[in-house]
Amino acid sequence: MSAFFTQLELGPMFRALMRNKIGALLIALQIALTLTIMVNAIFMMQQRSEQMARASGLDEANTFYLSNTVFAQNYNLKTALQQDLQRIRETPGVVDATQINAIPLSGGGWSMSLQTKAGDDIEGTGTAVYMVDEHGINAMGLELIAGENFQNSDIGWREEGSTQWPPKAIITKALAETMFEGDWKNAVGKTVYIDNHQPVQVIGIIKALQAPWNGWNGVERSMLVPQQLDSKGSRFFIRTEPGRRDELMPVIEKMLAESDRGRIIRNVTSMEQTRDESYREHQATNTILLTVIIVLTLITGFGIIGLAMFSINRRTRQIGTRRALGASQWQVMRYFMLENLLISTAGVVLGAAGAVGLNIWLVSTFSMTPLSPVLLVIGVIALLIVGQLAVSYPALVASKISPATATRGRA
Amino acid sequence: MFSYYLKLAYLSCKRTWGMTLLMVCAIGLGIGASMTTITVNYLMSANPIPHKSEQLFFVQMDSWEPNNPYNDDGDAPEQLTYRDATYLWQAQKATRQSIQTGMAAVIEPADKEVLPFMVQGRANSADFFPMFDVPFLYGSGWDHQADLKKERVIVINAELNERLFGGKDSTGQTLRMAGEDYKITGVIDRWNPKPRFYDISTGAFNDVEEVFVPFSLITEQKLGRSGNTNCWKPTDSGFQAFLDSECIWVQLWVELPTAQDKEAYFSFMNAYAKEQNQYGRFARTDNNKLRDVMQWLEYAEVVSDDASMMMAMSLMFLLVCLLNTVGLLLAKFLGKASEIGVRQALGASRNDLFIQHLIESGCIGLAGGLLGLVLAILGLEAIKLMYGDWIRDLAQLDFTLVAMAIGLAIASALLAGLYPTWRACQVQPSVQLKSQ
Repeated sequence: MSAFFTQLELGPMFRALMRNKIGALLIALQIALTLTIMVNAIFMMQQRSEQMARASGLDEANTFYLSNTVFAQNYNLKTALQQDLQRIRETPGVVDATQINAIPLSGGGWSMSLQTKAGDDIEGTGTAVYMVDEHGINAMGLELIAGENFQNSDIGWREEGSTQWPPKAIITKALAETMFEGDWKNAVGKTVYIDNHQPVQVIGIIKALQAPWNGWNGVERSMLVPQQLDSKGSRFFIRTEPGRRDELMPVIEKMLAESDRGRIIRNVTSMEQTRDESYREHQATNTILLTVIIVLTLITGFGIIGLAMFSINRRTRQIGTRRALGASQWQVMRYFMLENLLISTAGVVLGAAGAVGLNIWLVSTFSMTPLSPVLLVIGVIALLIVGQLAVSYPALVASKISPATATRGRA
Repeated sequence: MFSYYLKLAYLSCKRTWGMTLLMVCAIGLGIGASMTTITVNYLMSANPIPHKSEQLFFVQMDSWEPNNPYNDDGDAPEQLTYRDATYLWQAQKATRQSIQTGMAAVIEPADKEVLPFMVQGRANSADFFPMFDVPFLYGSGWDHQADLKKERVIVINAELNERLFGGKDSTGQTLRMAGEDYKITGVIDRWNPKPRFYDISTGAFNDVEEVFVPFSLITEQKLGRSGNTNCWKPTDSGFQAFLDSECIWVQLWVELPTAQDKEAYFSFMNAYAKEQNQYGRFARTDNNKLRDVMQWLEYAEVVSDDASMMMAMSLMFLLVCLLNTVGLLLAKFLGKASEIGVRQALGASRNDLFIQHLIESGCIGLAGGLLGLVLAILGLEAIKLMYGDWIRDLAQLDFTLVAMAIGLAIASALLAGLYPTWRACQVQPSVQLKSQ
C-alpha cells in the first residue's frame, strides 16, 4: 500500500502544495462554493420540473376556452346560454362544449370545503369547484373511472348570490382518497357535506383534474357539480377534434361575437397557453438557474486552467529536471492530474458540507423540502470530473516540456 | 505618477492578456448576475410612497372562525367583512380613511363604431385620492357627500382618457359603464406605484386600475366585484345576506399622522372588537393589527421567495468569481516577481509598488464592472422577456443601481487585489536579481 502511494508521489505532491497553500486553497474554495450552489440550484430546478410535469387531467392539446361578458340590459341569460352552447357544439370539428365557472391552472377559481359528517366544527377537505353540465366530462376530456356522469335532468341553474348546492357531484380520485382514507372506489354513492350542512352524493370519480391554483398543495383535489350559472360573466370550455383547435378558435369567437351584440367575447385562450402562463415563472427561474450552473462551472473550470498554467510556468525548470532524470511524459501529466484531484477532493468535501448548510437555510427560510443525498453524490462526481477535464490541458502542456529545459536558464 | 502606473497596468495586462480577460469576464459575470437580482429585489422592496408611508395604515381585524385562525401564524385576515369595514369607515375616526375593493365592468363608448370593452376598476371612498397622493391631469376625485349619496361619479386614468376622449379634458362628460351613466370628475395622470401597495391581494406588482368609482355603489349590484372573497360561515342566498355575512372581501386604509392618532385609532378598533365579542363575534378580540405601508409590505412578503433565493445564489456566484480573481491576480503578480525585484532595486518603495498593483487591480475591476453593467442590462432584458409584463417596472436600472454596480465591481476587485498585492510587495529584490 505504501509503495503504491510512493509511486503516486503523494508525499512530494503534498509538500509542494504546502509551499503554495493559498493557490490550492483558492481553488478548493471555488470548487466548494460551486458545488454548494450547483447542488442546490439543480435541486430547485428538479422541484419545479416535477411540479410542471403533473398532468392536469384535461385534453390540453385540443381544448380552449373563452369569456362571455354580457353588458346589454334586459338580456335573457338562460336562453342565450343554451343557444350559444348549441351553436358551438354544432360547429363542425367541435367535439363538445360546456359552460364552466373557472379554468384549471388559470389562477382564479372557486373553492369549498367538504366533510364526511355534517356539522359546524368538523374538519373538512378543501377542493376546487367546477360548475358544468352533463357535457363537462367530454368537453374537458376527463376520464371517468368509477360511477357515472351527470344526466341532463341533474343540471340546475345557479342564480347570482345563491349559496345552494346541487345534490350530486363527481370528484377526483385524489379528493376521494383524501376523504376516504385512500379507498377511493368506496367513495361512489357516499354522501359528503358541503358548506357544513348541505348533503351531496358522490356519483362518479374522475381520474384527475387539477384545481385553478398550481401552487396549492391540494391542486389534485377538484369536484364537478351539475350547475349552470345564471350570470353576466361566464366561460365556455370547448374541445375540438385533434389538430383543429387553432383553426376553430377564431371561428367560434367570430361566430359568438357576431350572433349577439349585447356581449363581449374575450380571452379566447388555449389550455396550452394557460399552462405556459401558469408556469411561466417556474420556467423562467429554471432557465436562470441552469444558466448560473453552466456559467459557474465554466468560470471554475477556467480558473483551474489559469492557475494550473501559472504553476506549470513557474515550475518549468523543475519539470524539465524531472524529465531529464527519467520521468515519462505520462508521469508528469499524472502528477498534475493527481494534484488537482487532491485539491478538488478537499473542495468537494467542504462543498458537500456547504451544500447541506445552504439547503438547511433554504428549507428554514423558504419552506423547501430537504435535499436528496443522491444529488449531492452526483454533484461531487461531476465536479471532480470538471476539475480533471480542466487540468488536463495544462497537464498536457507540462508533459510536453522538453528535458533540455533543465539545462537552460530561467524561462 | 498615476498615469505612469496606468501605463504599467496597461502593459502588464497586455502581456498576460489571457489571464486578464479571464479576470475581467469573471468579475463581469459576477457583477452582472448580482446586479440583475439586486435590481429586482431592490425594486420589489421599494417604498412606493416614501414621504408618508409611516402615516398610512392597513387595518386588519380578526373576525374569522373561532376555532381556526385565518393564517397559519395566527395573524388576522388581510381583508374585512363588509359590515366591519363600513362601520369603521362611517365612524370617520381617522384623519382620512379609504374603504375599497376591486371591480370590473364593461364600458360602452359613445362612439358606436368603437366596440364595448372591459375595464378593471376600483371601488373606493373619496379619501383614496388625497390619501395616496394620486396625481390628477384634469379635475379631481369626488367628495364624501358623493360617497354617502351614492352618486354615479367616476375617475379615469390617462390611458383611458386618451382612448375615449383623445387626451382632452373630459371632466364633466359622461361615460356609459355597466349599463349606467357616470359623470367624470377627474383624470389621473401617470401613476403606477410599485409595489401597488394599496391592494396587493391580486398581485403586488399589477398596474393601477383604469377607473375608480365610489365604493357605496357596490351595493347597487350593477358592478362586478373582483378580487378575493373568503367565507367560513354558511350564508343564506342573496346579496343582502352576503353583505351581512362573515365573508371577508373589503379593505380599509387609514391615515394617522401622529403616534397618538395611531394609538387612539387602535384603541377604537379594539373597543369595537370587544363590543362585537358580546354578540358572539370576534373570538380573538386582541388580534387586530394596524401596520404602516412598509410593515404591511414586509409582513405580506411582496418580495417573492424566488427573487430572494436568486439574489442569495447570485451573491455566492459573485464570491466564486472573486475567489477566481484572487487566484489569478496572485498568479499574475507573482509571475512578475523579477520585474518587481528590478523596480525595487531601482528605488521603488513598497508603498509605490502597493499603489501600482492596486491601480492595476482597480483597472481590472473597472473593466469588469463595465462588462457587468452591460451583462446586467442584458440580464434584465432577459428577465422581462421570460417573466412577462408584470415585471417590466421591476427590471430597470436607475442611477443609484448603475453607480452601485460600478462601485461594487471596483470594491470587489480591490478587495480581491489586496492579498496578491501584499504578496507582490514581499518580493525580495536580492533573490530575484540573483536568479536573473
